Amino acid sequence: MFQDILVTGLVNGGVYALLAIGFSLIFGVARIVNIAHTAFYMLASYALYGLLFKAGLPLFAAVVLAVVAVVLLSLVCYKLVIEPVRQHESAVLIATIALALIFQESLLVAFGGSFLGIPAAVDGYASVLGVRVSYQRLIILVVVAAALGATWFLLNRTRLGLAIRAAANDQEIANLMGINVNRVAMITVGISVALAAIAGVVVAPVFVIDPLMWLSPLVTMLAIVVLGGLGSLKGSLIGAFIIGYVEAITVFAVPSGAYLKGAVALSIMVIVLLIRPEGLFGVAFEEER
Amino acid sequence: MRALAPLWLWAQLRHEVFVLPSRSLILAACVALLALPLAYSDAYVLRIFTMTAIFAIYAASWDLLAGYTGQVNFGHALFFGVGAYTSALLSLRLGISPWLSVPAGSIAAMASGVLVGIPCLRLRGSYLSLATLAFPLILTGVLFAFPDFSGGELGVSGLKRLVATPVANYYVAVIAMLAACFAMWKIGDSNTGLIFHAIREDEVAARASGINTPRYKLLAFALSAMFAGIAGALFAHFMRGAGPSSLEVALSFQAVIWGIFGGIATIIGPVIAVFVLYPLTELLGGIDIFKDIRLLLFAVIVLLVLLFMPRGLTPWVRDRIELVCPRCKNRNVVTRHACRLCGASLE
Repeated sequence: MFQDILVTGLVNGGVYALLAIGFSLIFGVARIVNIAHTAFYMLASYALYGLLFKAGLPLFAAVVLAVVAVVLLSLVCYKLVIEPVRQHESAVLIATIALALIFQESLLVAFGGSFLGIPAAVDGYASVLGVRVSYQRLIILVVVAAALGATWFLLNRTRLGLAIRAAANDQEIANLMGINVNRVAMITVGISVALAAIAGVVVAPVFVIDPLMWLSPLVTMLAIVVLGGLGSLKGSLIGAFIIGYVEAITVFAVPSGAYLKGAVALSIMVIVLLIRPEGLFGVAFEEER
Repeated sequence: MRALAPLWLWAQLRHEVFVLPSRSLILAACVALLALPLAYSDAYVLRIFTMTAIFAIYAASWDLLAGYTGQVNFGHALFFGVGAYTSALLSLRLGISPWLSVPAGSIAAMASGVLVGIPCLRLRGSYLSLATLAFPLILTGVLFAFPDFSGGELGVSGLKRLVATPVANYYVAVIAMLAACFAMWKIGDSNTGLIFHAIREDEVAARASGINTPRYKLLAFALSAMFAGIAGALFAHFMRGAGPSSLEVALSFQAVIWGIFGGIATIIGPVIAVFVLYPLTELLGGIDIFKDIRLLLFAVIVLLVLLFMPRGLTPWVRDRIELVCPRCKNRNVVTRHACRLCGASLE
């Protein structure tokens, strides 16, 4: 059981980390609370399903095309819907909720409400620490690690990353230093949704796909982001693994834990907030006036 | 003295209500709501409007907390669900009359509001919104873990209705809605409401002015939760059951959508939003071609309206039919040339 917890927590934590880091990026740079973030993750899963079984594309092409299509869609949504109401914070909030609902209902119309599944890309098991881990889960781990590494490299070792970090730190000053903040915000939306889409594509063979699959990771992701500190990428990463392991421990070690896993994870978030209201790695509140 | 009462009422109406088109419209809408069953007593229509009235209380209660006090709550369904479950369980397990279990439900919701409000005192802005999202889900998890008591995923059913006929149910909901919304509007208009506004605009300045902000924030949580609890309890008795759907994320988001769509910090705005959006989606669901895509249409309509009216429907309409006097800040019909109270030019 101990090994089960170890592996499940690692895999789930990795997927959560991809989602939470994308959400944190977009919140940090553009101050958008993107409720539709996990809806893009769901869209990527559905896109993969559609491209594989309706269009009959080979696996690799379908994966790449799914991610690219979802990123393009997100940029169009950002231009058409979010940017015109950027000054009104509450309007942005409900615009993202409405977008998520639109995606959910469109998928319901297009694919129906039934649970769909994608067969694993590679069958079989590997033995890690005496636990049988399917190759698909190992692929998830590898892809998650690669995506996180690439994001780290982009943010810390390139000029674009510097611009993104500068815009997240202080929009006005970044603007004054000649950074095109609007374009940086747009690129960040693309990167953040790409991370979500990658997560959606890799988990599609492991999880079931249905039009409501965006809700439960949304709540977990928000809990992680708040737990780690809003806008803090390090916090999101560590928070993701904390929540991933807490869920795994609850499921495997507590009776009727499957029902309680969400409740326990969210209670941990509440407790952390009670002790440190700005989250584990958040900066202390500045009075915004 | 008694003979003067109608005269006084008429003077009030003439000088306070009929001078402004927005107030006249609201009065007309209230009268129309109360007269609806006399003209049109189709059970299906009455059912839709009963639900609309119940959700209007719920949406307005969100506005009291999020719009006035600025504590943007993403987990408002918690209060609705606590109200629904408490009154349902009390009346099922203990056989309490619905007329007592509804107030009991609202008191339980009020207690939950205080309970949630205490940790939220330390949180601000987006942290508060995202953290409050968790509370209804924590309660759902706990309810699922004790299925014998709570009915698990199916919830509890078989409740008595408050009253028997559809018309009577309609009147219970509409009168409760009018009373609750009037009360919330009065709270928003009072000294307390002013303090709520101050906390939303600048909490530090409010505290520096000698206002005990934690106490007022808790008060906002308690009041808002109480009204949401009334809505939940009424809903449980009207639907004759309470289930986990009353704690769903979707219901919490629904309050946010109604509130922002109608215009925050107005009380009447969310109520109007519910009265526009809820019957609209139900009607669309009644037409065959729209049956499957009614939620899609709902979201598209909300999105489109928001692109043109980012501050919400009600403030947009009110700005079109009324002007604010530049000198005394009172509102006037758009057709007037001079302010009705101070005589300043409105040009």
